[in-house]
Amino acid sequence: MAKARVKAPKSVKKGEVFEVKALISHNMETGLRKDKKTGKTIPRKIINKLSVTYGGKEVFGSDWHPAVSANPYVSFFVRASESGPIKFVWTEDGGGVTEKSVDILVA
Amino acid sequence: MKKQFQGILMGAAVAVGLSSFAGIAISAEKMVYKSGDRNSGYTYATKETQAIQDDDLGNPAYIYVDDGAALWSKVDGKAGKSCATCHGVESAMLSDLATRYPVYNAKLGKMQNIEQKINQEREEKMGAKPYKWESGQMLALTIYMRNQSRGKPMNVSIDGPAVPFFEAGKKYFDQRRGQLDMSCKNCHEYYAGNRIRANMLTEAQSNGFPTYRLKWQKPGSLHRRFRGCNSTVRAQPLAYGSDEYVNLELYVAWRGRGLSVEAPSVRN
Amino acid sequence: MSEKFITQNMRRRDVLAMAGTGVVAVSSIGLFAGDAKADPAAVAKAIKAKIGDKKTMAGGITLELPEIAENGNTVPIAVEVKSPMSSSDYVKAVHIYSEGNPAPDVATFRFTPESGRARVSLRMRMIKSQNIVAVAEMSNGKVHMVKNAVKVTIGGCGG
Repeated sequence: MAKARVKAPKSVKKGEVFEVKALISHNMETGLRKDKKTGKTIPRKIINKLSVTYGGKEVFGSDWHPAVSANPYVSFFVRASESGPIKFVWTEDGGGVTEKSVDILVA
Repeated sequence: MKKQFQGILMGAAVAVGLSSFAGIAISAEKMVYKSGDRNSGYTYATKETQAIQDDDLGNPAYIYVDDGAALWSKVDGKAGKSCATCHGVESAMLSDLATRYPVYNAKLGKMQNIEQKINQEREEKMGAKPYKWESGQMLALTIYMRNQSRGKPMNVSIDGPAVPFFEAGKKYFDQRRGQLDMSCKNCHEYYAGNRIRANMLTEAQSNGFPTYRLKWQKPGSLHRRFRGCNSTVRAQPLAYGSDEYVNLELYVAWRGRGLSVEAPSVRN
Repeated sequence: MSEKFITQNMRRRDVLAMAGTGVVAVSSIGLFAGDAKADPAAVAKAIKAKIGDKKTMAGGITLELPEIAENGNTVPIAVEVKSPMSSSDYVKAVHIYSEGNPAPDVATFRFTPESGRARVSLRMRMIKSQNIVAVAEMSNGKVHMVKNAVKVTIGGCGG
């Protein structure tokens, strides 16, 4: 499905709070636009959910509406607990899923 | 030449800025946004728009850099070759490619830009179908290739065989056209830094192309922008890759000499 | 007479011509078709659906927006909530609402104590100048709210 890029520091100290950034390519079709040629409404197709898991549980989650810009970008924070992957799962209307993860080393 | 912040209204927005959005600029290149009296479109953008460009992770066009890198090494066509087959995966040739193009092609007897070079190589060397202009693949490959020159100064050759094409490009830039009877330079030389309604007029520099335009919500080529400008003055847009546009591309690239390649930039 | 001179004299005419013909009169084209439907009442209703009858309070939450957005397609915004983000005292969720878009809902963000810091940045669409509202639900049941205005400019030229 869509293509994504994510970023977190390679290595952090235990307990440190670090910033995570994620961007996914997606038109975020609002469902409110009309096709200029046919006059028909273009059906809504957006990414409606991003779930981020780390250390076996969801540390950050979000629900999105059509007012989120195309190619949605988000940045947030996570507290370092253990080495391992931070896993991102985006879900679009209709259930399509894009996954991406980034490994961090906790010293 | 430049009178930025003239709009009192917008001046406030620029001054307020959003430093907390700035993120971390990942790029190590030292970017030159001003060279002589020439200023990149970057310098006319708001701080918020600059911040999107400054952060490689936040710049949506970097998805295309990734895709383009994959296309560079992807075998395609009857010859069973990829770009990387001949040029290498980390091609040194790419390190200044965006600074030099368009170049004179003796075989064609005219200037050739990067998109045209890609398609020529695909057809002649790879036995592959040419990419469509403005297709995801063409944008990805050109963005990747130009991105390899990021931070290097624009430096096209306008000597020797390029002279008549450079002159033709300049003539096109200066020529009034369309129902509004306006030339490129009416806006982009005489009124750069002024506002046309709420939009800041820039110097029409090409160093950031292909650019991610907020208006388009996706990246686009320089020729797409040329077509847009032509339409805005109610002139007939020319074909992507037309001789006139390639000559104009040469002239505009020369106008931006010394400015860093920014591809993929982010603009309003 | 130099061309520069002609152009300066013609500038007003050029611009008027462009405005008059409608070339420049259209804002970010077709981002949302139809009329804007969100308003302060719709936002209040949407908030009530999330938090019930709880009272909202000011303070403890900041909403960062450009005063004037260069393009309504992509307006960077950030919300930060003051919280120790400990297991007993943390921000559970932040909701963002628009008072001027076709619908009031923009996004919901769910935090945990493992978030460490209750701050989120994103980019959102704004069809016109409007107020943006952010609401934070705390683990202790309290609700903080903030509202800020953004001006969205209408473009002059396109391409």
